[in-house]
Amino acid sequence: MKAEVSRTLRAFLIELALYAVLVTGYFFLVLHFLSGWLQNLHLHHVKLYALIAIALIIGQAVVLESVTTWLLRLLRGRSE
Amino acid sequence: MFFPISGAHISPIYLVIIGFLIGVMGGFFGVGGSFIAGPALRAVGLDWNFAVGTDLAHIVGKSVVAAKRHRALGNVDLRLGFIMAIGTMGGAEVGAQLIQMLKRADNVNLVVSVVSIAIYVSISSFMIWEAWRTLLFQKRRRPRSKVPGTAAKQDESSFSHRTEAIQSLRLWPMISLPTSGVRAISLWVIILVSFIGGLFSGFLGGGAGYIRMPMMVYVLGIPTHLAVGTDLFEIIISASYGTFSHALKGNVDILIALVMNTGAAIGAQIGAISTQYFAGPKIRLAFVPLPLIGAAIVIYTMWTGHKI
Repeated sequence: MKAEVSRTLRAFLIELALYAVLVTGYFFLVLHFLSGWLQNLHLHHVKLYALIAIALIIGQAVVLESVTTWLLRLLRGRSE
Repeated sequence: MFFPISGAHISPIYLVIIGFLIGVMGGFFGVGGSFIAGPALRAVGLDWNFAVGTDLAHIVGKSVVAAKRHRALGNVDLRLGFIMAIGTMGGAEVGAQLIQMLKRADNVNLVVSVVSIAIYVSISSFMIWEAWRTLLFQKRRRPRSKVPGTAAKQDESSFSHRTEAIQSLRLWPMISLPTSGVRAISLWVIILVSFIGGLFSGFLGGGAGYIRMPMMVYVLGIPTHLAVGTDLFEIIISASYGTFSHALKGNVDILIALVMNTGAAIGAQIGAISTQYFAGPKIRLAFVPLPLIGAAIVIYTMWTGHKI
């Protein structure tokens, strides 16, 4: 039981480290390029901004869910 | 990091940590976590209108992640979720209209504060009483298997005799919810429950999961794990509607929500997976402090006149 817990914890910490690297890259690349465009939409095309905001948050959530599931499977699969 | 839409300077690490914490809570309890996210955004200087709108957008993203995970675990009743979304949106509109009426009468802050404290404290008191009674009853009756994910998913409630009475109401049309194990229940009861949830969402703000999740368990008789997963699925629809409405009014900084969502994605997965290791009454008992935190924030605001 203890071995299983420590294996899960180890896998989780590795996942967290990998995820942190991916997220940092995401901040600097994607958000940096999107901010100007989104600000312009927010000021001049508010209806389009509202639609794109929902699409972006749902799209990002789906992608992140897939990434975290993939990381979990990869690490758990390797450790078990 | 500078967020040009709201004009705020906020540390992305702070946003990721807040997102992570709310994600864990949301995945485990099926709530949006607006009673913490709103004040947390306000605490770093975001205007209230942006805090409310951005929080709703973040709730959509977090709920997508947690609901997907719950769906993979078999904890989402899609039929129930779609029916409830209709009632929730209707209730949210009525709640918003009530707020407008109170605004015109110039006593919105006092009425909303008093109602919210009464609701939060009542939910917590009832749930602590019911979950405690159920756990005591289970302890006296028999020892249970401790295999995670099997016995943990079996659910019981000391309120079940009342739930059965509600399910036996013959108000046409009757529908069945096979995923939730409900043989027949009146459509109107489901609509009423979701309408009340939506009413509180429109009246008190946020996703109102703190009232909808307990009502799904005690009134509709949905097992706790399914109530958590289905509530999250339903929140995706109702919070998207709220986000769109707030975005049109210029109250959503989507960049902040996207950053928060990176933390929430991993937190929501952890929260959702954790539900497999806890029995229904234990999840309900652990839920008790959440509405009380909401009540404490409102009391603090009323007492000091400051917003957190």
